[in-house]
Amino acid sequence: MKSSTHPQNTYIGGHVERVEDYRFLRGEGQYLDDISRPGQWHAAFLRSSLAHGTIRKIDASAALAMPGVHAVMTAADIEGNIPTIPFRRPNPTIGPYAQPIIAREKVRYFGEPIAMVLADTAELAEDALQHVVVEIDALPAVIERVHAMSDAVLIFEDTKTNIPTVFNAEKGDIEAAFAGAHYVIRDQFATQRQTALPMETRGLLAEWDAQLGQLTVSGAAKLPFFNRTTMANMMNLPEEAVDYIELDVGGGFGARGEFYPEDYLLALGARKFNRPIKWIEDRREHLMAIGHSREASCDVELAFSKEGVILGMRGDLYINIGAYVRPNGMTPVRNAAQFMSGPYRIPAIDLDAHAFVSNKTPAGTYRGPGRYEGCFFIERLMDQAAGALGIDRLELRRRNLLTHEEMPYPLATVLPSDGRAETQCDSGDHREPFETVVKESNWAEKAHLQGQLIDGRYHGMAIGSFIEGGASGPQENVRMQLEADGIVSLYAGSSAIGQGLETVLAQIAADYLELPMERIRVFHGSTTYLKQGWGSYGSRATVMGGNAVIDAAKKLLGEFRLHAAKRLGLAPEELTITEGVARAADGRSVPLVEVAKDGINVDGFFKNQTPTYTYGSAFAHVAVDPGTGHIEILDYVVADDVGRIINSMTLHGQVMGAAVQGFGSVFSEELVYNDEGQLLVGSLADYLIPLATDYPVVRCISLENYPSPTNPLGAKGAGEGGIIPVGGVVANAVANALSSLGVQPKILPLSPSRVWELIEDARARA
Amino acid sequence: MKVDFEVNGRAVSVDVTPRMTLADCLRHELNLTGTHIGCEHGVCGACTVIVNGDAVRSCLMLAVQAKGAEVTTVEGLSLEEGLTPLQEAFKRHHGLQCGFCTPGMLTTLHALLSEEPEASEERIRDVISGNLCRCTGYIPIIEAAMDARAAYQQARGDK
Repeated sequence: MKSSTHPQNTYIGGHVERVEDYRFLRGEGQYLDDISRPGQWHAAFLRSSLAHGTIRKIDASAALAMPGVHAVMTAADIEGNIPTIPFRRPNPTIGPYAQPIIAREKVRYFGEPIAMVLADTAELAEDALQHVVVEIDALPAVIERVHAMSDAVLIFEDTKTNIPTVFNAEKGDIEAAFAGAHYVIRDQFATQRQTALPMETRGLLAEWDAQLGQLTVSGAAKLPFFNRTTMANMMNLPEEAVDYIELDVGGGFGARGEFYPEDYLLALGARKFNRPIKWIEDRREHLMAIGHSREASCDVELAFSKEGVILGMRGDLYINIGAYVRPNGMTPVRNAAQFMSGPYRIPAIDLDAHAFVSNKTPAGTYRGPGRYEGCFFIERLMDQAAGALGIDRLELRRRNLLTHEEMPYPLATVLPSDGRAETQCDSGDHREPFETVVKESNWAEKAHLQGQLIDGRYHGMAIGSFIEGGASGPQENVRMQLEADGIVSLYAGSSAIGQGLETVLAQIAADYLELPMERIRVFHGSTTYLKQGWGSYGSRATVMGGNAVIDAAKKLLGEFRLHAAKRLGLAPEELTITEGVARAADGRSVPLVEVAKDGINVDGFFKNQTPTYTYGSAFAHVAVDPGTGHIEILDYVVADDVGRIINSMTLHGQVMGAAVQGFGSVFSEELVYNDEGQLLVGSLADYLIPLATDYPVVRCISLENYPSPTNPLGAKGAGEGGIIPVGGVVANAVANALSSLGVQPKILPLSPSRVWELIEDARARA
Repeated sequence: MKVDFEVNGRAVSVDVTPRMTLADCLRHELNLTGTHIGCEHGVCGACTVIVNGDAVRSCLMLAVQAKGAEVTTVEGLSLEEGLTPLQEAFKRHHGLQCGFCTPGMLTTLHALLSEEPEASEERIRDVISGNLCRCTGYIPIIEAAMDARAAYQQARGDK
């Protein structure tokens, strides 16, 4: 462990139980559907039943005649151009691909909103949907990559291409790298379309106060402040006239809390009818309407020297972003290009990541966006290259993992820039978690199992590594207020999505104020608390919010010193402050609570445009049943270095939960479409997330050997890393298990049927 | 139509429509919002309540079917103040993150451990496999349940 210059503390780094848990465990959490307003109407959305078509007619008269139904809003209710959802990370070419908040002439995906029904109850609103008559002339559905990229059918008739942007990741002299290579491996891989699937579906409550001209939107998550600005602009309201209120949130994982079409329609309805309007998505609707992610494929090659040193990486990545560019729909695309190099030293890179539109649900982010896909691609190449080069697969990695001496290590430059072109790994030694995993997994003792058929199942193992970007900039704000009873209220711009934010921020505040955690009360996420804030995305809440808390704590203690000194008639520097008491040399003292009546209220902030890079390695030991294609995870170990651990318990929770989500990604979760663009997955009986019986063994090891130099806490983001390596590591373990058959999995998920087919095909070839 | 049953030890008489689920009745008519709805098709288990001792999906049961039944929700499992041993174990083992699936986990486990306080890890895992959690990876939930068994064993012994 490196020495630390941080103050003596008692909470940071500990296994601290969460303050949120009390209300959740007693059924006292307050989620969106737990609140209602007198006189509220419920909304239900009529969605396109076709993937691609021209709207001929919408007739809502029968629905409107139903008792309890108050209104049916369609594009006809919107004057002028239909507003589009803005981009969070604009680039020069995506403008024409923005999503109109409701379909007018054309529908471009199954599930696109066509009408909003407002009724007394949710049941009546849903009943009425069936009585809205919509006629759509079908157009050819564009579903797959080759069809989409051929531009044979243009999804946006005013554009010339179905490819809104190609991101290029570039570094070094790629031609020289490949010209001088001893060995080049080239292959194609693909990951399937998925979604984050939080347990609570989306929902919002929009309220309009006609007298004040004030819009209140409850149910915010992820980035309430950005969404407030967006909503204010779209509604032609000053920003102060819009409040976003955060409640408890049943999971986010990147998908919840982005600005969706429904958000605007609900607000519009609330203002038009001067009624509170509530909407809760049902699960089928959720699967077709929330952001999808991960549908990526590639044709890439890696060049090696004779000694197994990577010389260069080049190729093409193809990401199916669905029908429109959503607010952060391009993030997985650019990330795949920038982060495919992962933890490896690659001096020359030339990758083109092609984003193409299709007639599927628009994509957004899901935990570890682009990184999970890229890690799968490169780890599959690495393992195959090891075999071809005749170098041990662990040794090959050791020769290419980044070391402490190389930090900060620049990654490829990605253009066109969406504000994040240049970035560098901030600190660390990637060999450390790797060797930790080698040791903890007992690799040496188990190596003889590799590829063996034992009791009817093939055993295989693999280790892979990853990097996780965190601390998305530019800033986070907090406010601290000393209350009359000596409690410190902490208002944070970060939002809570189930990750334990209240606990983590309270720990940091308590340590830096030298107060017990019980004296810190955390309020977060709502735009009413602060003039400006950012939120929780890109593994940023602890780093950005936590460092803002430190700034505020220092300022609050500064104020305390001034006010206490005034009371004692001394100069501020004559006082010593410890544990909430200011003491003078003569023995007199002033407790913090005493200056509360002076109205102490401070703003803290942390500005940072430099991401942090948590990094780590993971091990998987699998047993493959060749008769059924079923794969069991016998052991899984993941180690990561997060710079500085704030709460070891919540950190493990993040890593373990992410790893198990990753198993869902590898084995069972898939948003399947048919050729007509119909989503065939409509329930949780079709979209198979992991169950308690599926993956009972996951071991997590957390390191803090290299604090981040980018922030006073030394912390790095930690919410996403656990999921990133799962695809690559498990697929390699499966390939190793089936090495005697020559099976090389290239497409995820590794469902029993796919694995069984791979085995049968291999046997047929042999 | 009127339906009379008992919720958390209290007699209730609720005016419901025939198609109203027990989940909606509990949440919206009786204001017991601790019971959560995650799928409305009986897969996720978030809405699990205890009906006459059995863990039941309240989204798959109509309110009218509860006539004469004894229903216990997560609120009914909770003490006036503080946490029960099962709730404490969840907190200690970090068996929850976003808290949305938690009420269903607690009711399912309470029904199981009340009947089978000696339940094996395998048995617990099997029973909980009907409740989806997206945050934790389940391992800490199983650990919490194993830890809470002692309190249920003790309670049985005290009877």
